[in-house]
This record gives sequence, structure tokens and C-alpha cells, in this order.
Amino acid sequence: MSQPKIRLRDVHKRFGEKVVLDGVDLDIAPGESLVVIGGSGSGKSVLIKCIQGILRPESGSISVDGDEVVGASARTLEAVNAKIGMLFQGAALFDSLPVWENVAFGAIQSQGMNRAAAYDLAVATLAKVGLTEDVAKLWPAELSGGMQKRVGLARAVATAPEIIFFDEPTTGLDPIMADVINDLIVSCVKELGATAITITHDMASARKIADRVAMLYKGRLIWVGPIADIDKSGNDFVDQFIHGRADGPITMDLRK
Amino acid sequence: MNFLALIGRVFLGFLGAVGRLTRFAAVSVSHMLRPPYYPRQILRQFLDIGYFSLPVVALTAIFSGMVLALQSHSGFSRFQAEGAVAMVVVLSITRELGPVLAGLMVAGRIGASMAAEIGTMRVTEQVDALTTLSTNPFKYLVAPRLLAGLLMMPLLVVVADILGVFGGYIIAIGKLGFNSNSYLANTWDVMEPLDVVTGLVKAAVFGFLIALMGCYNGYHSKGGAQGVGTATTNAVVSASILILVANYFVTEIFFAH
Repeated sequence: MSQPKIRLRDVHKRFGEKVVLDGVDLDIAPGESLVVIGGSGSGKSVLIKCIQGILRPESGSISVDGDEVVGASARTLEAVNAKIGMLFQGAALFDSLPVWENVAFGAIQSQGMNRAAAYDLAVATLAKVGLTEDVAKLWPAELSGGMQKRVGLARAVATAPEIIFFDEPTTGLDPIMADVINDLIVSCVKELGATAITITHDMASARKIADRVAMLYKGRLIWVGPIADIDKSGNDFVDQFIHGRADGPITMDLRK
Repeated sequence: MNFLALIGRVFLGFLGAVGRLTRFAAVSVSHMLRPPYYPRQILRQFLDIGYFSLPVVALTAIFSGMVLALQSHSGFSRFQAEGAVAMVVVLSITRELGPVLAGLMVAGRIGASMAAEIGTMRVTEQVDALTTLSTNPFKYLVAPRLLAGLLMMPLLVVVADILGVFGGYIIAIGKLGFNSNSYLANTWDVMEPLDVVTGLVKAAVFGFLIALMGCYNGYHSKGGAQGVGTATTNAVVSASILILVANYFVTEIFFAH
């Protein structure tokens, strides 16, 4: 592999006594689409936040294009984040701004684009995710969940980032809207040639989006491989997860 | 549990909280002084604090001035010292009641709304979204609010001073039978520039504290609706207490000699 776009080495993160990441090693190649699967609370979102520098691991190394993120200065983190777009689980649109300003936020604030040009950019980007100019002037609270996700996706890709993170992009959506979002993710990532990391529980989504899949369990990556191999992984944990079975090595901590 | 250990734990917790707040304030001020600046955000906060708080502060000030005139007249008439009403009204309003009452009202209105807005942004990942969009949340959310608190509160207190004295004047002339010219002359004679300046310095300090507590509690809220509610309550309570504490220290600096 050439120099990885993102490289993680022996990353450890804990919250108090709870170990969330327990020695994660991972390389993600430029242009690759990696899907991270795993149960709730397995550390998937924390993994992404560590790469962005929002959370700081206790030990280990994370680099983006060779730039170390762990312990980096605010300026370095801003430069790293300038390469990253992100679709949040709940879209995380800014309530106090209309849709178009949400989409063009990065262009206005970070790139200094004037507001007229930013509006045109927002409308063009909204069109890519199937939304019309009428939506541009609405407020986030006026949109349905599916539309908010699409606006969130438009915001994530508006500045043509080199890296895009998708945090549970289809959670809470009906199956048809989920598939629409999956298609949009694939087309946007392909068009931009971006490196993508997607976190999901949704195997239909993973099969559509992923080049490679990594499964996180109890803070460790227990299987990493091409999506084509996931059905013959030979890993009982992966088999149980992808088939959604209650019985298997993964146990839920439920009180009987 | 060992009682001494409990006291020690509470004291260490208190020191930790003071340390976190001090660090938050230092980081915020450093971002306030360094570009980039966000003029739209700053203007929005100026309007929110300076303009939309006007009715609340004005009503509080005018009725406080009216009550002061009534009470001081009722008290001083026992000693045939009714002439001191103008002095009591103007000194009380400019030195103490103007800034303190305006501060407490703005703490309730603005401190709460800052904590609720930033807290909601925190629990819905909007603050994280700012970071991923290469925008520093301290510069975008906190610095404009601190700046607005610092600069707008003195302006509000100027209005509160004028209306508070006006409230006293209305009662003195309309109800207590004072002569308008002599009441106004008394007011001017008694009032020193230092009285007004002290009130304005207090206002700036209170404005900073209100914005700081609103932002600090909102920024560190967690857990969802309940967390935002707790942050809002903490912002108002802590700002109100800090206003009264800071009021003593500023008064001591100016008037203890």
C-alpha cells in the first residue's frame, strides 16, 4: 500500500474505568471506502472523534496524510479538519442558520467565500443530493429526518473534502430513504474521489458503501477485510453480527 | 465515611471547578483577542443583550427608582430629612441598584438563553460539527458572547440609571410634593462622576460574568434535555451569586478608602 491517508497505531482511549479503544491499528488507503461495524457502545464514534482531534487518546498515534493528530496544536487540527467532511448521526445542522448557510458554512467561514457565491454553491450541492432551491431557504427545524440527513450530506461534501466520515447515515430512516442516502453517499464519494469512513449497524448499507469492512468489538478490531469476504470471514463474532443473531459469542449485558 | 475526608473531597472538587472555569475564561479571552472574528455573530449577540434586554431592564429600573423614592421618603420623614430623597435615589441607583438589578435581570434572560442554546448545540453534536468545519467553537460561540456581555451591559446600565432616577423623580414630584427644579438640582449636586463610573465598571464585570457562566455551563452540558436544563439553572444561579460577590469586591476597590 502507498502511504495511507489515515493511519492508526495502538490507539487507546478510555472514559474513567471504561476502556473504549484498546490498541486499534488501522490503515486506510487514499480513495478507499471503509465501513466500521460493531454493536452500540463498541467505540465506533469515539474512533472517528479521535481521528478528528475532538477526543484525545491516552496513547497511540493517529496520522492524516502523515500529520500527527494526537497532541497536535489547534492550528494543525484545523488544517486536518479542513480536509474532512462529516455527516453526523442526527445531521447536527445549525438551528440558527437557514439550510443554505448550513451547507455553505465551511465555504463561508473557512474559505472566506462571499455570501452570493456561497448561496450558489449551496444550491448546486443541494441539487446533488436531490433537494431543490426551495429547501435552501428553509430552516433545519422545518425539514423531515430524511431531508436533514441529505442536507447534512450536502454540508459534508460542499467543500469537496479529501476525507468524509459518515456516522450511522441510515439510522432512523425508512428502508427506501436509507437506500437513497446510501446511493447518494456512494455517488458523492466516487465523484470526489474521497477517502471515506462510515460507521453503521446497517449491513445493507455496509454492503453498498464499503470497499473494506472493519469490525470493532470491546475496543479492538477483531476482523478487517474486503466486503466481498465478509460472508466467509470465518469469524464467529462477525457471523453473529452480520446475521443479527441473539445467540453467539457476542453477549448483551442484560439482567435476567 | 470519614468526615474530614468528605470535607477534603468537597474542597478539592471546588478547587477543580474553579480551575476549570478559570482555564475556560483564559482560553475564551485569548480567542476574543485573536482573529478570525465573526461580525455577524458579534452583532447578533449585541442585539440580543443590548437591545432585546432593554424592556426588562427599563421596567426594573423605573419601578426600583419609584420604590426607592417612596421608601426613603417614608423613612427620612421620621427625622425631618425628606430633602435626602434625591440623594438616596441617585446614589443608590447609579452605584448599586442600576448595575446589580440590571445584572440579575440579564443573568436570568441572557445567561439562561446562552446556556440553553450552547447546551443544545453540545448535546446535538452541533459544537462538534463546528470543529469538523474548521471553525473554533470558542471563537464562533464563546468570544462574541463575552464581548457582547462586556460592552453591552454598561450601555444597559446607563439606561437603567437614567430611568431609575426618572422613576424616583416621578414619585417625588407627582406624589410626594417635591419641587421639580430643586429635586433635579439636588440630584445633580449630589451625583459625582465616580458614582456613575463605578456603576459602569460593575456593569462590564457583571456582563462578562453572565456571558462566561452561560457559555461555560452550556459548553459542558451533557446527557440531553435534562443536562441542558441543569446547565441553564446552573448558569443563572452561578451568575447571580458571582454578580453579588463581584459587586462587593468592586465596591471595596472604589470606596473602601
